[in-house]
Amino acid sequence: MNAPEPAANIPLIEFRNIAKTYGQGEIAFQALRGISFSIQRGEFLAVMGPSGSGKSTVMNILGCLDTPTSGSYLFQGVHVEHLDRNARALLRRSHLGFVFQGFNLLARTSAQENVELPLLYRGEPPEERHRASREALGLVGLSGWEHHTPAELSGGQQQRVAIARAIVTHPLVLLADEPTGNLDSKRSHEIMELLVRLNRERRITVLMVTHEPDMARYSSRVVHFVDGLVASDAEQQEEAACS
Amino acid sequence: MFLSAILLALREIRRNLMRSFLTTLGVVIGVAAVITMVTLGNGATRVITDQISSLGSNLLIMRPGQRMMGPGGGGGAPRFRVSDVEAIATQVSSLRAVAPTTTTGVTLVVGGENWTSTVNGTTNAFFTAGNWNLAAGRFFTEDEERLGLASCVIGNTVREKLFGGQNPLGAQMRVRKFNCEVVGVLASKGQGAMGQDQDDVVILPLPTVQRRLTGNRKDVPSIMISMQDGAETEYVMEQIRTLMRERRKLSDGDEDNFNILDTKQIAETLSSTIGTMTTLLGAVAAVSLLVGGIGIMNIMLVSVTERTREIGIRLAIGALEHEVLLQFLIEAVALSAFGGLSGIVLAIISCVILSGLMGMPFLFDPSINLLSFFFSALIGVLFGYMPARRAASLDPIEALRHE
Ligand SMILES: Nc1ncnc2c1ncn2[C@@H]1O[C@H](COP(=O)(O)OP(=O)(O)O)[C@@H](O)[C@H]1O
Ligand SMILES: [Mg+2]
Repeated sequence: MNAPEPAANIPLIEFRNIAKTYGQGEIAFQALRGISFSIQRGEFLAVMGPSGSGKSTVMNILGCLDTPTSGSYLFQGVHVEHLDRNARALLRRSHLGFVFQGFNLLARTSAQENVELPLLYRGEPPEERHRASREALGLVGLSGWEHHTPAELSGGQQQRVAIARAIVTHPLVLLADEPTGNLDSKRSHEIMELLVRLNRERRITVLMVTHEPDMARYSSRVVHFVDGLVASDAEQQEEAACS
Repeated sequence: MFLSAILLALREIRRNLMRSFLTTLGVVIGVAAVITMVTLGNGATRVITDQISSLGSNLLIMRPGQRMMGPGGGGGAPRFRVSDVEAIATQVSSLRAVAPTTTTGVTLVVGGENWTSTVNGTTNAFFTAGNWNLAAGRFFTEDEERLGLASCVIGNTVREKLFGGQNPLGAQMRVRKFNCEVVGVLASKGQGAMGQDQDDVVILPLPTVQRRLTGNRKDVPSIMISMQDGAETEYVMEQIRTLMRERRKLSDGDEDNFNILDTKQIAETLSSTIGTMTTLLGAVAAVSLLVGGIGIMNIMLVSVTERTREIGIRLAIGALEHEVLLQFLIEAVALSAFGGLSGIVLAIISCVILSGLMGMPFLFDPSINLLSFFFSALIGVLFGYMPARRAASLDPIEALRHE
């Protein structure tokens, strides 16, 4: 899946008229009704919109966790909609990191083992796994918490473990669906600062869903969804992120 | 990749000890039950065959009356004569020993001790026919045998009960109303096929018993005939039958007024009965193994439902479908193999204890151990793997949405 370094004019991600319909026949529901946009490397994109507008659906398609009903999804110029299950899993494994609203850590499993998991599937040797997972946990400010299980960590800490798990493989893209949805405002800002740092220092493209304007302000570009369509798409001032 | 799947599977087992324990328990009990039943059955069969062969290999017992009249049966059929014994011994081929026997219960007294036992009036041929060896002393002399002198050979139990630690040889033992001298002690044979004590016997010369214990009768109620190894049983029996019909002056139309019992045939009937029982018990135990398997399936099903989200997480962070499946497969194999091994250990322990209690040998049967081990592994794999297949074939997002 290691596509050659894309030519400068090829966007990292391109959506061409993506539609998604849930269910069939009478209960069919069109969650996305023809979405087109492209994302360049290094962007920090916030997806906003009312509940039910299709934000999560877009994220899941972007993250190759779900497939569009029609339209084209190009990742580094490769047509993802033509890939099979395994190829999509390999794409996730090598280029994408996912952070969920509900953290989705493995229960009764230490922070370090959770973070090591993607490396294990990539077949990294144990020493490399330990080193990389410690480093990632350090990066999210959880040094010293390696052996705690999710139940022994606060919500903010759990989300940081999830972020460490998402970035431990050095992905191109970090996808986060309402990463602060379950956190109080102080923890939320800490998480956002962490995401900004990862975006700036590691050049990780961050795609984030949020319904809080406070959080969206950290991003460099905001896309608004309404009823399965893009309602607005605007670059933001850099300095806004530092408020 | 295989190593990491093993690592993941073992982690998963360690993380969920209770669930793993319950999953395994069914297999442990099932495997242990099957192996215990079959092993004990084999032990029982061995006991019977051993006892029959210690009774005397290729032994025939002839009694008056028609077959299946039970002991002491025979109604008015005449008993045998001592000359019948000699006739059989000289005229029938392939025989090792022919011994007349007359049996009666008596009370024995030595000093202050008394003990009720069974007396056999017979000849030295009895020892050959019954595969008896001497622990001490000697068998009968020709004079003792012919004249019916008051000499006896005793079994080990009689020695223990009446003489304790003392040397019985040369001692006088009171048998009902007369005294006789102990000239020999038999080597112990232990329990018989029916649990009776074979060593609880006293052997006296036939004429002694006839004169002093059974009311001066000259006839013989039973004849033991031991064949040589490799003798054709059917042929020997037919020879004896023809001879006896002739000697008893039976005409062509008359039925036999005696019967010949083949102990080997009894042994075979007995051990095939026990074999049937073993199969039956084994089948019952196999059902419990199956129930154990269904237990595994249940727990695995429940846990896969619980774990569908976990499978979704694994898929979302880049696990391939077959990697997730491999992990579940290894988990199922490890649990059921561990269950199978624990079952085997449990079975061996209970077999050793039970066969000790029942006075049977412990016969380790590798085939039943292997069979139930692989059966349990198969159950684990089938029932553990199948539900996981379903979960791993979901789209990651569906698996993640699963509550
Ligand atoms: N698996 C599904 N089956 C049916 N309808 C769904 C499913 N997932 C989402 N939807 C519907 O699609 C619409 C968009 O959902 P979603 O993308 O989750 O919205 P958002 O994240 O913006 O709140 C909603 O109306 C929701 O009810
Ligand atoms: Mg949503």
